[in-house]
Amino acid sequence: MSELVIEGLRAAVDGQEILTGVDLTVRSGEVHAVMGPNGSGKSTLSHVLAGRPGYEVLGGSVRLDDVELLSLPAWRRAEAGLFLAMQYPTEVPGVALRDLLRASARTSDDADEIERAMVVEAGRIGFEEKFLERPLNVDLSGGEKKRNETLQLGVLRPKFAILDELDSGLDIDGLRMVSGRIEEATEEYDLGVLAITHYSRLFQQLRPDTVHVFAGGRIQESGGPDLATELESTGYERWVEPAAAKPSAATLPEDPFADPLG
Amino acid sequence: MTDFSAASARALAGPSWLVDRRVAAAEEFAATAMPDTGAEEWRYSPIGDLDLDRFAPGAGIGDAPMPRLDIQPAALVRTVNGRVVAIDVDEELVGLGVHVGPLVDHPDGAERLGAITADAGDHFTGLNDAFADEPILVDVPKGLVIDRPIVVTHHAAGDGTAAFPRLVVSVGENASVELLDHHTSDDEGQILVCPVVELDVAPAGRLGYLNVQELGATTWQIGSQLARAERDATLAAATAAFGGAYARTRADTRLVGRGAHGDLLSLYFAELEQTLDFRTYQDHLAPDTTSNLLHKGVVGGESRSIYTGLIRVRTDARGTNAYQTNRNLKLSEDAWAESVPSLEIENNDVRCSHASTVSPVDEDQRFYLESSGVPPAEAERLIVAGFLAEVLAPMPVSAAAHKIRSGIAAKLARQAEAAAA
Repeated sequence: MSELVIEGLRAAVDGQEILTGVDLTVRSGEVHAVMGPNGSGKSTLSHVLAGRPGYEVLGGSVRLDDVELLSLPAWRRAEAGLFLAMQYPTEVPGVALRDLLRASARTSDDADEIERAMVVEAGRIGFEEKFLERPLNVDLSGGEKKRNETLQLGVLRPKFAILDELDSGLDIDGLRMVSGRIEEATEEYDLGVLAITHYSRLFQQLRPDTVHVFAGGRIQESGGPDLATELESTGYERWVEPAAAKPSAATLPEDPFADPLG
Repeated sequence: MTDFSAASARALAGPSWLVDRRVAAAEEFAATAMPDTGAEEWRYSPIGDLDLDRFAPGAGIGDAPMPRLDIQPAALVRTVNGRVVAIDVDEELVGLGVHVGPLVDHPDGAERLGAITADAGDHFTGLNDAFADEPILVDVPKGLVIDRPIVVTHHAAGDGTAAFPRLVVSVGENASVELLDHHTSDDEGQILVCPVVELDVAPAGRLGYLNVQELGATTWQIGSQLARAERDATLAAATAAFGGAYARTRADTRLVGRGAHGDLLSLYFAELEQTLDFRTYQDHLAPDTTSNLLHKGVVGGESRSIYTGLIRVRTDARGTNAYQTNRNLKLSEDAWAESVPSLEIENNDVRCSHASTVSPVDEDQRFYLESSGVPPAEAERLIVAGFLAEVLAPMPVSAAAHKIRSGIAAKLARQAEAAAA
């Protein structure tokens, strides 16, 4: 049993505080949904957890069992068992998925074993094997990119996966296979999941244990699976501060093209 | 008094037509001022550091170790300091009229040498004309398709040596061949190499030419690659450049016949204080000609790369498609890449474009790999090799690709060592 414990996490981009104190604990095998409106800091949370450069951590801690992740570079966090499925996976020309998997500190040195795992995982999510030869994310559709992320997850077998809008870009069949695969991973090897999304459609196959409403850079409310359904009908309005959500006509600057945050 | 005098040229062996040709070239060389960085052509180069008096045309030194190429060639020629030390040609090819060997042994040798260099090349092309000891001719007769590559290797040896390898490749009408031209030199001592390669492709002929440059760390190269493609001919001319203190290649490609096509590729990787310099000229003289230039390089340490290129579309060359792309990856703060593409178009019915970039390793790409557990040095290695893969993949003589890949790997390993130190 492992635990990913986020406590009082605060972070800024370009001097502006985006995460204002995130507290969240995910245990092995659990699925936590983090739902919230655009601009609430959900993607920032995923990037700060994974160690993307360009974010300033202002305070708090993120521990995977006894390891403080915030003091580690990104690859060490991955090695420790954290995985990020990106909302917009980056194109890496000339580098194939197998190159990445062979070079990862999470996999064995056995190239044949990696190859077998790739083929098996591709089959489970309906990812055509021809894509295994392609450079990472180059000329892939949105859905293929998300399958590619899911395939990595399957081969790397992390302890915890952060899924940043995994559902975006996937069609109905793709969404079913990909979310089904992750649900299976929570049982096969006790994967813990932090699933960030706007919509509840990801949770047809992947059953959340807990749903968190994320707004203003922190968790505002937590509840059971029903909360996701409720959000789908009520929206996020309750948790969005009116001024931050939409500047009124009176507060608009004279120059309509000026940066409102400027 | 320099050793590059008409008298020195006259002393070299050969038939009288060749001796006369050399002497005329040496006289012209002597009468022309050495280029300097005041000329646009040499603007970014260290040409002012070249002191010809420190060199003399290299004498044959016997033999040098054969580089490991792991290729089964159809024919092999090896030269040391511009002199042939070994020739091995498949008997069957000889029977079919293929010539691979000294140019003077071919009945049309006198016409082939320099057939396409008039008004092409530079000061040092002229120096090669004067001092090329033993020009090599590869001549593939009309209609013949050779399915294994021909390999020519050149080695330059000895402190103070100036070497002038000369290779003339003549591909007959509708004939097809691939050729690997491999250049090495001693890893110490001052050596100057001025190679000249002539690539002449007759109508509907197909030539794949690959130059692999693995010169020693202290060698200077000032080379010319001069090409002509006739009607419906296809030329793929590629360079993989790794070695030399300063290594320059000037590549002039003339598409003189309707429908001629040129793929002009280069891959380079400079480290330490190396300077790798490429000057290209895509000259479209006939209608419906196409050329596609892609040069991709990496600069690490305190190294420099220079790319200057010109596409010229002549008045008669309607329907031309010409592309020119130079992309550079900078691995260190102190590395430097100059990239100056340009166009000169004299016809309206053309499609041309040029692009150039100089950038460090992309941080998003780096993070993508690292967030899947790839250590930073390994991530950089993958990204750089991936960057170069785009230009490596279409290169001719695919049997030599492993040689280029191991050249890249060796460079990357040294970059990683330097970063760790």
